Amino acid sequence: MNKNLKEQVLRSSGVNVLKCMRCGKCSGTCPSYDEMEYHPHQFVYMVEKGDIETLMKSESIYKCLTCFACVDRCPRGVQPAKVVEAVRLAAVRQQDGNRLSADQIPSLLDEDLPQQAIVTAMRKYAK
Amino acid sequence: MQRIGVFVCHCGTNIAATVDVKAVAEALSHEPGVVISQDYQYMCSESGQNLVKDAIKEHKLSGVVICSCSPRMHENTFRKAAASAGLNPYLVEIANIREQCSWIHKEIATATEKAIILGRAAVAKVHLNTPLTSMESPVVKRALVIGGGIAGIQTALDIAEAGFDVDIVEKKPTIGGKMAQIDKTFPTLDCAACILTPKMVEASQNEHITIHSFSEVEEVKGFVGNFTVKIRKKARYVDETKCTGCGLCTEKCPMKKVPNEFNMGLDNRSAVYIPFAQAVPKVATIDPNYCMMLKNGKCGVCSKVCSVGAIDYKQEDRIIEEKYGAIVVATGFDPIKLDKYDEFAYSQCPDVVTSLELERLMNAAGPNGGTLLRPSDKTHPHTIVFVQCVGSRCDDSKGKPYCSKICCMYTAKHAMLIREKYPDTEVYVFYIDVRTPGKNFDEFYRRAVEQYNVHYIKGMVGKVTPKSDGKIGVQASDLLSNEQLHIDADMVVLAAAIEPDKTARPLATMLTTQMDTNDFFTEAHPKLRPVESATAGIFLSGACQGPKDIPETVAQGSAAAAKAIGLLCKNSITCNPCVAHSDELKCNGCSSCEKVCPYGAITYIEKEFRMPDRTTAIRRVASVNPAVCQGCGACTVACPSGAMDLNGFSNSQIMAEVDAICK
Repeated sequence: MNKNLKEQVLRSSGVNVLKCMRCGKCSGTCPSYDEMEYHPHQFVYMVEKGDIETLMKSESIYKCLTCFACVDRCPRGVQPAKVVEAVRLAAVRQQDGNRLSADQIPSLLDEDLPQQAIVTAMRKYAK
Repeated sequence: MQRIGVFVCHCGTNIAATVDVKAVAEALSHEPGVVISQDYQYMCSESGQNLVKDAIKEHKLSGVVICSCSPRMHENTFRKAAASAGLNPYLVEIANIREQCSWIHKEIATATEKAIILGRAAVAKVHLNTPLTSMESPVVKRALVIGGGIAGIQTALDIAEAGFDVDIVEKKPTIGGKMAQIDKTFPTLDCAACILTPKMVEASQNEHITIHSFSEVEEVKGFVGNFTVKIRKKARYVDETKCTGCGLCTEKCPMKKVPNEFNMGLDNRSAVYIPFAQAVPKVATIDPNYCMMLKNGKCGVCSKVCSVGAIDYKQEDRIIEEKYGAIVVATGFDPIKLDKYDEFAYSQCPDVVTSLELERLMNAAGPNGGTLLRPSDKTHPHTIVFVQCVGSRCDDSKGKPYCSKICCMYTAKHAMLIREKYPDTEVYVFYIDVRTPGKNFDEFYRRAVEQYNVHYIKGMVGKVTPKSDGKIGVQASDLLSNEQLHIDADMVVLAAAIEPDKTARPLATMLTTQMDTNDFFTEAHPKLRPVESATAGIFLSGACQGPKDIPETVAQGSAAAAKAIGLLCKNSITCNPCVAHSDELKCNGCSSCEKVCPYGAITYIEKEFRMPDRTTAIRRVASVNPAVCQGCGACTVACPSGAMDLNGFSNSQIMAEVDAICK
């Protein structure tokens, strides 16, 4: 388990995963459940265990619709969607995670596109 | 000159291991007024107490300081010892050098220093102690039970059994409470009405019990042994003494579209009604919100058909006043409202019901005569989904933080009864945990699973969607198989959390008893005084103190009765002499103390004072009723002119302690 990564996810999400009572209502309510390899309740539990790299590698982090149904219905106020978002951010921001090289950027530039979006895209999508 | 004795206890090694007790005794021997200072292994033992008694006689002590455990533990022991040696018990002071010193410190040097300081403060205080005498206050030999559910009935029956008069005040037209609405009881599956109604009848026939049904407590005054209570007997527009309960009026009443609260609004009753067949008292009540005669003066059918002339449209609320020695609160519980849980579609779909509604749907006296039918189209349900923990075990913003305790068991009961009666019905129970701590409880739950093949699924329902074909879509997670389930159900049953009855909060204010943040009454001690409130003479029975099932409620009801009987047996009670008193010359009549007093012990009186120039003046001054005052000291803090003082904890004593500590 990667303690630093766990700490980072906990801090950026602001979620206390220990509040979870393992009822599974988040996954019971999730509209993209079948699309996800790991389900909302598993995100919360795996973050508690510190098993974050597995989640970062999974497509599940991009399958969450961020519809916040789980946040709305969680009886304990755990906010699973925020945990998913934090893992997604951890994946996007990981070191040496650049998917584009700098010289590829000029050709992608578009007048309407903000600079930040290009930088984010560099980290997020291309490989 | 004071002659003070100091006694330092080792408490085995509890104190002596961390505090140099000999050094403490030696240091305190030099304090002013101390004539003897010694240590001993166990001061609370017989020989330790004898040490104190002998010293009181031998040295003619005028004050005693015991350096030992918390006064909560042994203050009484040493007070009694002092009294037996002829010293007023209130001339004994305890310096707590165990809980507040040896147990919380590790270093001997600092702990010893602190023990000496605590002892010094006690010596300084005892210099100013005055002998106090406890007063006696008479006990009215009659009890009031507020709430006529199974808790209140049990308490009343037990108090009556001991030969004391008891009044039950019940806000509904009949006693019986929630248990009367329940179909069967776990874990034995006996019929609730069959075991409850004989008790209701017993209560009504007992010569010691008076039932004030359709009545509410309006005002409570007084104190332990001597409460004065005003009870509002609400107008039921029927003369209770004449009505025979024949029910003809309820049959003939033309206004038949009134939601029947006894059946949880699942069917209708008439405007004049008897809640159910075994109601006690079995008399009719007219609902003024629906009665056409009372609303617009046109009808009068019930009056015409009543052969005994019991109908009285002119009846008004009556206030009666009674005196009681003890009051037992048995206000019970209610299921929470479910409108904020939209995901379960309770407000949208009639076939999504609460468990208490299901009780009525399955009951022979219920809306369907005991046949389980969907409320919407009166067809047999073939797939039923039970959802546990609806509003229980929640974050504060989402519901109740506590476990409602009874739901696991009644759901197992419902599931089992349905599978027994309708074996073609599939029953799913979505649970987070199954909690069955009780005699024969887990066996009962296992029977539901193993014998009746109820599908228990670890997981929670996330969404309930009524469909156009009349089915109810249930989307839930199955945590063990890690999949999302989609079930087409015919009925969904929600195990709604239970909360204290809404009348409990204003009642607690009237009784000056404490409640927790969930509005459950707080017991005097969570383990050792579970049926007493912190206010003397007020006892707690049943679910008003916390979620409880029937066996526990009955046990607590009897326990509360035993406590009440213990009080009623006495001809008089000894009051704590450490009560507040006001210095009338300093009192400026500002009412600050009266406002902060949680026990209603302070009143203001107009009193004549002789002025320096030989004239007299009438002034408004505070007067403390020593029988009601519990000695909390709130008034002494609130008083801006320093007129309020507490016997045994006077302002000068506390300042002397502070001075001694800061020396």
